[in-house]
Amino acid sequence: MDAIKHWLTRGGYGSLLILAVLLLVVFPLAMDLFRLNLVGKYLTYGFVAIGLVMLWGYGGVLSLGQGVFFGLGGYAMAMFLKLEASDPESTKIQSTPGIPDFMDWNQLTELPWWWEPFNSLPFALFAVVAVPTLLAFIIGYAMFKRRVGGVYFAIITQAVALILTVLIIGQQGYTGGVNGMTDLRTLLGWDIRTDEAKYTLYFVTVFLLLGSIMLCRWIQLSKLGTLLLAMRDKEDRVRFSGYDVSMFKVFAFCLAAALSAIGGAMFTLQVGFMSPSFVGIVPSIEMVIFAAVGGRMSLVGAVYGALLVNFGKTYFSESFPDLWLFLMAALFISVVMAFPNGLAGLYESHVKPWLTRRKAAPATTPEPPAPGAETTANIASPTSSGTASPTSKISISTKVSSQSA
Amino acid sequence: MSDKHLQSSQRRKFMLGAAALPLALAMSRMGHAAALPTAQVNTTGLAITDTEVVVGQLHSATGTMAISETGSIQAEQLAIDQINQMGGILGRTIRVIKEDGASDWPTFAEKSRKLLVNDKVAAVFGCWTSASRKAVLPVFERENGLLYYPTFYEGLEQSKNVIYTGQEATQQILYGLDWAKQEKGAKTFFLVGSDYIWPRTSMKIARKHIEAFQGGKVVGEEYYPLGNTNFNSLINKIKIAKPDCIFAAVVGGSNVAFYKQLKAAGITANRQFLLTLSVTEDEMLGIGGENFEGFYASMKYFQSLDNPNNKAFVEAFKAKYGPRAVIGDVTQAAYLGPWLWKAAVEKAGSFDVAKVTAASPGIELPTAPEGFVKIHENHHLWSKARIGMGQADGQFKVVAESPELIEPDPFPKGYQ
Repeated sequence: MDAIKHWLTRGGYGSLLILAVLLLVVFPLAMDLFRLNLVGKYLTYGFVAIGLVMLWGYGGVLSLGQGVFFGLGGYAMAMFLKLEASDPESTKIQSTPGIPDFMDWNQLTELPWWWEPFNSLPFALFAVVAVPTLLAFIIGYAMFKRRVGGVYFAIITQAVALILTVLIIGQQGYTGGVNGMTDLRTLLGWDIRTDEAKYTLYFVTVFLLLGSIMLCRWIQLSKLGTLLLAMRDKEDRVRFSGYDVSMFKVFAFCLAAALSAIGGAMFTLQVGFMSPSFVGIVPSIEMVIFAAVGGRMSLVGAVYGALLVNFGKTYFSESFPDLWLFLMAALFISVVMAFPNGLAGLYESHVKPWLTRRKAAPATTPEPPAPGAETTANIASPTSSGTASPTSKISISTKVSSQSA
Repeated sequence: MSDKHLQSSQRRKFMLGAAALPLALAMSRMGHAAALPTAQVNTTGLAITDTEVVVGQLHSATGTMAISETGSIQAEQLAIDQINQMGGILGRTIRVIKEDGASDWPTFAEKSRKLLVNDKVAAVFGCWTSASRKAVLPVFERENGLLYYPTFYEGLEQSKNVIYTGQEATQQILYGLDWAKQEKGAKTFFLVGSDYIWPRTSMKIARKHIEAFQGGKVVGEEYYPLGNTNFNSLINKIKIAKPDCIFAAVVGGSNVAFYKQLKAAGITANRQFLLTLSVTEDEMLGIGGENFEGFYASMKYFQSLDNPNNKAFVEAFKAKYGPRAVIGDVTQAAYLGPWLWKAAVEKAGSFDVAKVTAASPGIELPTAPEGFVKIHENHHLWSKARIGMGQADGQFKVVAESPELIEPDPFPKGYQ
């Protein structure tokens, strides 16, 4: 019993368990399929947010271009689904049957060679993770080896997001352009639009997300995680200790990219299309906000952040179609002003002490807080630096201004 | 002051009444329909009670497209208000659920699912860009919803779940090109557009028509990214090519830069003939009438159209949204949506989507501001094409009109 308790607190798995119960039991029972499908969609942003916790919260590297990897993962999946939806029978109305409809509209008469491999699902799944990771490796290697970091790195990632958007929109014969890839139907003959499919995909998303959190948790608890933290707080000291700092950063960047890409692929499957509107600068900054609202040091917090912001977006825009942008802005501003460490920080500073007090109250002799509780506090926000870093404020104010523009 | 106000509002009411008269007559013929029980007019579980029917409205109220879509939102609301004043549809008042697509295609998909699955609306009036329509189309087909789509668009599409109240590409282009050849003697054309599916498809059709059917020549074809504001290299190319006609489909904010730079480079209407597919009264607000004066636009509707239907429509629109409100081609097409839906529901005697779509082909609307229109088998509208010349005050002077209604042909043979 104690061993289990220790495992739960030591690894911070208690909060993960609560999240798992919420996602696997409470939501499916409490919501109709439409809302559940929306939650599934929000959770795909959760992948990006936990990637950012590893990269930004732990590695100290702020990327404002995670939409690139989300988009690439999503597009890789969409390409496979689009090819399957474009069999000669259902595209016989086109001048060239058997190729995706947007190619036909753009006067392409055969499938481009680099589309061919996407006829195979294993290749597509491989590409979902491999292509974004490879791109992250190239960008990361080029930047971090030259010790480009901080704001400069953030700006370069934004530039990448912009470049990729322009590329996708410009090469519409190959990518579907501004419309994106729409009308995706089946995965190996399995209709992804049915109710059962939506349930299945929701649970697949949840399990992948929980698995990703556990993987990241494992990394955080390992020596690697400690090194990432050390690097964030005193980079030079780690470098002088003989570690190759740049490769650790590259690793964190690739990890965040791979996680985002999985999120993107699950997004495509659940929503049934992919468009360049996820790749650009604004969505990329939005993704940073999910992590900021949830608490950039907390993996579970980041998922709650993604859920809360998107719930807010849906709820406000449904209930107050004329005012919802202002309400979202108010939410972001109040997060930054009132609890700069996000939801997880709020928990640490307010809920936790209250819980400890309550626990201590019935006991006749006040005991010092259990050592386990302290450990959890540290894990949920190790070396929480008190205030949000300047970068987090910058990103949020950028977002607010772009929304009100 | 108050007296005057009263007078004018009474006059407005009178005008409204006059416009509605033919429809009111049609209503009385359908008088028995009002008594139909809900169980009979709604067999598929739509949000309909004995007194109310719920519809959805899905446009961008925020984001980059808001400026274009606001006119459609207003026109649809006006039509719905007018229908409600006349007693609604089959004795039921229309209630609107508004959703904001926020200029974001995935949001459009999410909101359309919400409207169809959660709210069970009987029809949706909405979408503007092709991208948003493409995003919601699978949802409408899957959930068997009904969408009234107002924008002129590229064609190449036909869905049992969509009624297209704007023109498909051939309806807008072919008449304009023929007019350019006959009236203006244009033989060489320079095609320019924003780089996405609608201009690309439109120019493909235009090129075929010019080269294969008119014996003319295309001396240049250029596309610029959406939002592009630098047209200097294009202007140089135009100066070198010296086309008889610049045929343009530049959209959105690019329009403003395009016409201002043309004027700055001395390419004005007294030296150069220009025909566009993408400037309506709405765009003129941004471009400025002085920058577009003398150029031509090919549309099916202009605010200045001289007929009683349109006079009443413009009057009612301005009464509701202020005297400075302008009405563009798409705004008028959006206004048709609720009326076409009403006519189809009354013909079908049911709100069921399958029955309404089955009843739609052949529906005629003599009260449309653009004049008589009719729904084709392929769910597009038979409508006329018109050429308007831009005026300094931001309005258009109608200079030509197709003699007959033009048949919609979303998959034109010989133009692929």
